[in-house]
Amino acid sequence: MVQSFTTGGAEGRDARATALRCIAIVPAYNEEASVARVIEDIGAADSSFDIVVVDDGSTDRTGAVAETAGANVVHLPYNLGIGGAVQTGLQYARDHDFDVAVQVDGDAQHDPLEIPKILAPILEGKADVVVGSRFLGEGEYEPPVTRLLGIRLLARIVSVLVRQRVTDTTSGFRASNRRAISLFASDYPHDYPEVEAMVLLFRHRLKLVEVPVHMRLRGAGESSITFWGSAYYMLKVLLALFVGLFRRYPTPLEDHQ
Amino acid sequence: MTPFRVSIVAAIAALLLLFAIFELIRSRRLQERYAMLWLLTGIVILILGLWRSLLSTIADAVGIAYPPSALFVLAAVFILLLLLHYSTVISTLADQNRILAQRLALLESRLEEERSAG
Repeated sequence: MVQSFTTGGAEGRDARATALRCIAIVPAYNEEASVARVIEDIGAADSSFDIVVVDDGSTDRTGAVAETAGANVVHLPYNLGIGGAVQTGLQYARDHDFDVAVQVDGDAQHDPLEIPKILAPILEGKADVVVGSRFLGEGEYEPPVTRLLGIRLLARIVSVLVRQRVTDTTSGFRASNRRAISLFASDYPHDYPEVEAMVLLFRHRLKLVEVPVHMRLRGAGESSITFWGSAYYMLKVLLALFVGLFRRYPTPLEDHQ
Repeated sequence: MTPFRVSIVAAIAALLLLFAIFELIRSRRLQERYAMLWLLTGIVILILGLWRSLLSTIADAVGIAYPPSALFVLAAVFILLLLLHYSTVISTLADQNRILAQRLALLESRLEEERSAG
């Protein structure tokens, strides 16, 4: 079944005993139509969450809308792409000393009501990072055939690389504990980060767990994915994964407890 | 040099180029997105080196009488593409650099205003 990377990867203590400070990181690029709903839904799901919206150089009113909705907003001066935006959020979480960070995309495709499911393995000390997978039996997400092939191929390759079965390498619905926040705040892949981040975790001996989630249809806005874009994406990710095999990660990160 | 030896030399040169690109990516001095064109260049050189009749075919197809000229044309096109690509990259960087400088300057002035006010 689920193999752990190594023993002792996850924080062993019972985290529920102490009140953990949790933050939701919402990367948003031109999502003025949906970002307010995301913020409200997170607040409704768990009012103890702090929320930081990383406005990734939007050209619409995303940042202002998010502020009105009551979130802390980090305005990036120009578009960094999803990797840079998420890493900014994780740096915010690190600098403000949060224990757990949950990434919830600004396009409302992630259902904040499922945050507890994503949080659970971390609270139980069973994982350093939890990824919400669309392909573990829940929900009715049916991508186009070519994209499904790409998703399956990536899942296969990453599963081999991290010696553990993963099903959804591109899901952005993720939770990280302190160790993972600290790792990602200093080293996060830039272009299309989700896939590489899984391998990075493995190389740093952090423990990854997938939990089933369902994905909502996009609330508003256009998906940024096109066929040629996907082909180029696959090539680049495969190249990055291949080259990454030959990198050395000599120092596993220290536990920040 | 026999044609066979030329093929080997060209293939070795291409492999060296590909390895250099690989090593630059591995040591994080070259990002994947900027490596793609270079990799394509290396692969095209490798193919042309190993498959020598391809060059004559291409030369025939576009009406170049002397096949080695086709090689120079091809090389020139690649260099042009790379240069054009980097021109766009530099433009983006210049733009972002300006925006950063403006944001920093405005932030500084706001800090200064708040300090003198408080």
